[in-house]
Amino acid sequence: MTDATSQTGRSGAQPRKSLHVTDARTRRRNAAEARFRFYGAAAIAVSILALVILLTSVLGNGLGAFRQTFITMPVALDATVLDKSGTGDIEVMKKVTTIGYAKVIEKALATALAEKGIATDGLTAKQISGLLSQEAAANLRNQVLADPALVGQTVDVKLLANGRVDGFFKGRVTMDSAKLDSNISPEQLELALKMREAGLMSLSFNPGFLFGGDASELRPEAAGLGVAILGSAYMMLIVLVLALPIGVAASIYLEEFAPKNKWTDLIEVNISNLAAVPSIVFGILGLAIFINFMGLPQSAPIVGGLVLTLMTLPTIIIATRAALKAVPPSIRDAALGVGASKMQAITHHVLPLAMPGILTGTIIGLAQALGETAPLLLIGMVAFVREFPDAPPEGFFDPASALPVQVYNFTQRADPAFVERASGAIIVLLVFLLLMNAVAILLRRRFERRW
Amino acid sequence: MSIGLITLIVLGLAVLGFILGRQRALSAVGGDPRTLHSLPGYYGWSVFLFTAVPALLLLVTWAFVQPTALNSHVAGMIPAADVASYGSTQLVMADVRRIADGLDAVARNAGLDETGLAALRADLTDMRGRLAEVGVALGSNVAPSVLEAAKEYRSLSGTLRLGMALAVLLAALAGLGFALWRIDPRQRARNLVEQFTLVLLAGCSLIAVATTFGIVASLVVESVHFFKLYDFRDFFFSLTWSPRFGGGSELGLWPLVWGTLYVSFIALLVSVPVGLMAAIYLSEYAGKKVRAFAKPAIEILAGIPTIVYGLFALITVGPFLRDWFAQPMGLGSSSSSVMTAGLVMGIMLIPFVSSLSDDIINAVPQSMRDGSFGLGATRSETVKQVILPAALPGIVGAILLAASRAIGETMIVVMGAGAAAKLDVNPFEAMTTVTVKIVSQLTGDTEFASPETLVAFALGLTLFCFTLALNVVALVIVRKYREQYE
Repeated sequence: MTDATSQTGRSGAQPRKSLHVTDARTRRRNAAEARFRFYGAAAIAVSILALVILLTSVLGNGLGAFRQTFITMPVALDATVLDKSGTGDIEVMKKVTTIGYAKVIEKALATALAEKGIATDGLTAKQISGLLSQEAAANLRNQVLADPALVGQTVDVKLLANGRVDGFFKGRVTMDSAKLDSNISPEQLELALKMREAGLMSLSFNPGFLFGGDASELRPEAAGLGVAILGSAYMMLIVLVLALPIGVAASIYLEEFAPKNKWTDLIEVNISNLAAVPSIVFGILGLAIFINFMGLPQSAPIVGGLVLTLMTLPTIIIATRAALKAVPPSIRDAALGVGASKMQAITHHVLPLAMPGILTGTIIGLAQALGETAPLLLIGMVAFVREFPDAPPEGFFDPASALPVQVYNFTQRADPAFVERASGAIIVLLVFLLLMNAVAILLRRRFERRW
Repeated sequence: MSIGLITLIVLGLAVLGFILGRQRALSAVGGDPRTLHSLPGYYGWSVFLFTAVPALLLLVTWAFVQPTALNSHVAGMIPAADVASYGSTQLVMADVRRIADGLDAVARNAGLDETGLAALRADLTDMRGRLAEVGVALGSNVAPSVLEAAKEYRSLSGTLRLGMALAVLLAALAGLGFALWRIDPRQRARNLVEQFTLVLLAGCSLIAVATTFGIVASLVVESVHFFKLYDFRDFFFSLTWSPRFGGGSELGLWPLVWGTLYVSFIALLVSVPVGLMAAIYLSEYAGKKVRAFAKPAIEILAGIPTIVYGLFALITVGPFLRDWFAQPMGLGSSSSSVMTAGLVMGIMLIPFVSSLSDDIINAVPQSMRDGSFGLGATRSETVKQVILPAALPGIVGAILLAASRAIGETMIVVMGAGAAAKLDVNPFEAMTTVTVKIVSQLTGDTEFASPETLVAFALGLTLFCFTLALNVVALVIVRKYREQYE
């Protein structure tokens, strides 16, 4: 019987002579199998390779943003220049602009160079002070105004170096490129090298990148993420406060109370469709309804928060419903059996048990919202914002930036130093996302119950 | 009083109401909760809800209605001749609002009080200059009627704001009083609170519907405005896109649609084979160790924000493709191209396709696999001849969902595809998409009266309809297929 089937099964083919010899057809099939398996492995390899290249590209470009070239030198804060009245009155001192401070710094730099015996032949005073960032004078002024007692003393200060000098030490600017650059000359770079050897100039951690405000297009070295981080934090706060209660309430209704009819069907279809609406459409909604119709201010975290809330709601609702569904009916039955009302059974028993799942879903929704850019572009968050917003709730209406938008903003500027800034901002963003996801995973591991 | 402060006061009143309500219920029965119908806390909650909910609802409604009412009232004050010189009512009102905001600063700057402010006259003082001093830049001189309208706007919005605060606080107090007055030991407080909560829960579930309604309404209304200014035939049938803010723009849809479809096509060309094969390998071949490592790694790709992909396209993939492919092959010298955006978007979609296909492949019953193995098929034959055909509708659904993602994706194309609207087949040429043009027409200082700005809403509507149709079809396919095996 088996003989007969094997014969007809391979009609026309040579009968197999031995089990130890694989025939051509088996070889072909085995080869096809191996090929298919290889394609699969290759697909995995391609995805992981893409991830690795993506991360190395961002890390490689961005890590430099956390270190910055500073010039450290003693500066004599001349009282006759900085405090003309001599009374230490802060209002009078405020009248001295950054130009006055720039002169003080210029003088201090010349003294420091002379002290270290660094020759500056062939360089004008302007070129020498050009090694410093244009922001340095403003920083020094803020420092002095914060502590007027400094005036009259000689203090060691750390001042930002020019972005080109910084780029030279990081390998972005070379002697050849400096020849073509109107902002820096090779002679200036030579001087910078000498200053580094003398210990006047060094690369060190740059807190201004994390805590400072944005800076103008000509001063990449001073650009920071402080306003963007604060703006993002405000928006996340708004999203959390609005989306979590509304999302949980909507899910409880749909999962536990809603009668099965056309109306609830419509709501459900609606929610699953909203989850797939392109994010930019939410931006249009925010622009048309919140800004044009309701007259809320542009660039404000409140508008961004509202738009992101609407975007995050479907995610939270879907996660919450899954978490509610995972609580076994026996819990509800037991509660109802001892006389609880339906509402009590849910609020006292089902909801607390579903909470870890709900929180996990919420954090993942928040992480999505944190990285969202497109809708924020439309509600005006691309505007250049230097000032920190006030404390909430008034601060919700002040102009602010957001981390992902700040990245986009940096990439739109001409100076290549901003590429480093943008990548650095991405690293900050990714660290926040990593933290949020780690918390979500921890919550899941720690509290998840299998029924 | 700011909205935040009013909310805080209302919530404070509500908490007070909770405490009072609980106490009142307890004292009505002489401190013996057993004779109450419900637990004492429920009486407190009933007062809380009656205090907070109506007042906050009133607040939200007022905040929505006030701007419209105010605008239409003030817009009526400006004679038609002045409106005509500005171009449209919207433009005049934008100026009126800015002047109204600036008046406070002018008053502070010049040391004027309310009467001094009321006496300001546009034909006697240089209002434009004075406003510019305080940082309000205007496009034209201030007409007397516009200044009067701005003054009216300012004083009226101040009055209305005060009115809102009073009305909301009154509503809260009324609710508080009413609920306290109703407290009675026989009152079924628990049932009342539960009914009230249920209504609130149902209300929250309506927000999703309201959002969809808001999206459709805003898109349709502004698109109608656009089609009033610009012929729809030119929009739907023209092959050129060249907006000029001075007028005489050509706003044809097709170059943008072509760019969108081209980029999405390349993205799918990358993501579908890779994603599908990855899913097959993970579910049919991979051992435990590989799975434990590769699955989360691919999921990380899904968690990375699109701006990161955009930057990746801009600084790494774009220059790489230009230097190694486009220039040596003589196909162009642009680092932003359809290929750049498509490739990076393809990477972004890999986890999307693979996790959807994974679900679908796992939903194919084990018995079908066992049957195939039992007949002597190899794994790959089982996959190709049994599993894939069985999972095909689901996979088609997944591909459609991925396509809808690709079409709606913004940041990658903004940073990777370029801004030139072209009908071209060279994938190394910069082209543009619908989403890129929505962003570029709506960012920056925009006036909502020119077709160049309003076209973004028509584009948004097109995009919305497109992705919605794809999603609905995909969901229908996926649903139908799931029912087969369950």
